[in-house]
Amino acid sequence: MRHTISVLVENKFGVLARIATLFAARGFNIDSLAVGETETPDISRMTIVVRGDDRILEQVEKQLNKLLDIIKVIDFKETRHLERDLALIKVKSAKNNRSELIQIADIFRAKIIDVSADSVIIEITGNEEKIQALMNMLRPFGIKEMCRTGIIAMGRGVK
Amino acid sequence: MIKSGAEIFIECLLMEKVDTIFGIPGGVLLPIFDKIYDSPLRFILTRHEQGAAHMADGYARSTGKVGVCIATSGPGATNLVTGLATAHMDSIPVVAFTGQVATNLIGNDAFQEADTTGITRPVTKHNYLVKDVRELEQTIREAFYIAATGRPGPVLIDIPVDVARAKCEFKKLDKVEIRSYKPTYNGHPGQIKKAAQLINESNQPVLYIGGGVIASDASKEVIELSEKANIPVTTTLLAMGAYPPGSKLNLEMLGMHGTYHANKAMQNADLIVAVGSRFDDRCTGRLDAFAKKAKIIHIDIDPTSISKNVVVNVPVVGDAKNILKELIKHVKENTHKDWLKTIEEWKKSKPLTYKNDDKLRPQYVVEAISELTKGEAIVVTEVGQNQMWAAQFYKVKNPRHFLSSGGLGTMGYGFPAAIGAKIANPDKTVIDIAGDGSIQMNIQELATAVLNKINVKIVILNNYYLGMVRQWQEMFYGKRYSAVCLNENASSGDKHSKSKQKKCMDYVPDFVKVAEAYGAVGIRVTNKKDVKTSLKKAFEIDKPVVMEFVVEPEENVFPMVPAGAALDEILTHLA
Repeated sequence: MRHTISVLVENKFGVLARIATLFAARGFNIDSLAVGETETPDISRMTIVVRGDDRILEQVEKQLNKLLDIIKVIDFKETRHLERDLALIKVKSAKNNRSELIQIADIFRAKIIDVSADSVIIEITGNEEKIQALMNMLRPFGIKEMCRTGIIAMGRGVK
Repeated sequence: MIKSGAEIFIECLLMEKVDTIFGIPGGVLLPIFDKIYDSPLRFILTRHEQGAAHMADGYARSTGKVGVCIATSGPGATNLVTGLATAHMDSIPVVAFTGQVATNLIGNDAFQEADTTGITRPVTKHNYLVKDVRELEQTIREAFYIAATGRPGPVLIDIPVDVARAKCEFKKLDKVEIRSYKPTYNGHPGQIKKAAQLINESNQPVLYIGGGVIASDASKEVIELSEKANIPVTTTLLAMGAYPPGSKLNLEMLGMHGTYHANKAMQNADLIVAVGSRFDDRCTGRLDAFAKKAKIIHIDIDPTSISKNVVVNVPVVGDAKNILKELIKHVKENTHKDWLKTIEEWKKSKPLTYKNDDKLRPQYVVEAISELTKGEAIVVTEVGQNQMWAAQFYKVKNPRHFLSSGGLGTMGYGFPAAIGAKIANPDKTVIDIAGDGSIQMNIQELATAVLNKINVKIVILNNYYLGMVRQWQEMFYGKRYSAVCLNENASSGDKHSKSKQKKCMDYVPDFVKVAEAYGAVGIRVTNKKDVKTSLKKAFEIDKPVVMEFVVEPEENVFPMVPAGAALDEILTHLA
């Protein structure tokens, strides 16, 4: 099962290595990983998306909690939450299909952020499905390059 | 007060009430060793850093205090790794210091540079690289706090040479607080009540206690609980000494080489109360056939141990001693008469035994040690057959008196750990029960023992083999003895010769001469009738003594639950 795990950590060197080691030692591939400061500058948040056996992942979460430098671990599995990912997609384009690309981008509320003679760069924000859907639409034009920030997640409501 | 990093190192150790450090100096440690030179700390110069780590471990296991070791950058640090992993697997509080190349050289492949924090990350509870002298004091204090609290474990601090030289204000911090580290000590009252209810309802309960009972000093509470409700107790290797031998409730050790009745009791229990034990594969046997009728209560300070291997009905997270104290109040008295009778019958049907003929058998040597010391000596073991015979036949009376590398199974652990234990307990007899294979893995520490007058006794059960592997080859690989004979010259062409005995005189090394070369006393015993007199003599000599007992070479450890078998598929002799 796919898990989105949010980890609050001390903003120190070596913390990422400790976390990565836990997943690597069990042969889990991390689908995505996003790290950034929180509202408190000495605390960072890591959002990790990983697929694997539920029981083993529960164990991994306990072990994450046990690591020094880790303040809190939240698995969004059963709580209402939002996920966002940002992707930059460079698509082949020529004069004759540029307007079609602009239309597709509009439908997805994506932005064209760069244009050159033979390509455009599209920026899109959304959950995994939305980005996947845009990718499917763009594939026939020819995707030259793509990069993504990795998913970040936040629980809904006050908590 | 302005102090250098090296001075802060000494000050912090004194504040932590450290009296002894084990280790070896090196280039990047020069500023620190210059301060050790005139400090009140006792420095034990070992002959190998692995020895230093195990000595710190033995010191810690035998006292409950934090053991301290130090090694230089690069090879010094990598040599500590086995010792740290050993302490980590068995939850032993150790603080290790390593020197590191200067901060401006880190990552440049400098001379004697290794990524020490990277290498030791998976084998420590936590580790630090101190890049600024202003962080050193806080870091050292945190390290001792982390090592000794919660589930104890080793912590490493890597100190670059320029940090040891740099100066800053020494604050004399009076306490340490870490926001991301808050171990739970008190059990949840609701969980404790649920646990008590399960105990009160059970007809066939077993207490399965592990190293956590020793770490939490909960032996008294275990005895009280077991006696109140007449619950039989089985101990893991690490809990040896936590329950008195000779009690009819003591089932002794369980697992691969545990007693028949302990394993039968586990398999037939309707309730297992695990205290500070972690359902290690050597204890459970095949998991899908493990204790199928039993409900399980698991008391442990480490939530990651719970439901890791075995699904638990009532987990109670916290310190064993605190939880047991509460639990005892809610547990009703009970006789469990039928259950204890059944166990007694199992015990009678297949008791722990060996062939008591006139041959010199290793079990006899251990029994003689047990008898002569009345189980009051500190026994340290190596790993393999010697370790299992020690566990089976040394009837240890007190906690922290049986030290053994259980989790990692480190050959070479015993002798240096015995030195550490003897330094911490100068008035006690400390005996390392060793095999001829494992003793050679850290035999260089004889120099450390002799020069520092650390009067440990080494009992080598010499069977000319890496005995445990040989036993498995005999039982499961058609007696094809591959690379297990320590008395064999592989190039001589008679590698498959059956007559190992005739070459005894060629055994390398001659342990008596080795002992003498180091200035220790060497004694060789080849006859059963000389065992007790020789042991007595050795115990009276005020020097390290190496005793070589030339035992039956192909003696096996029984009972045995083969790897992958269920706990009750137990062999008591060769098929």
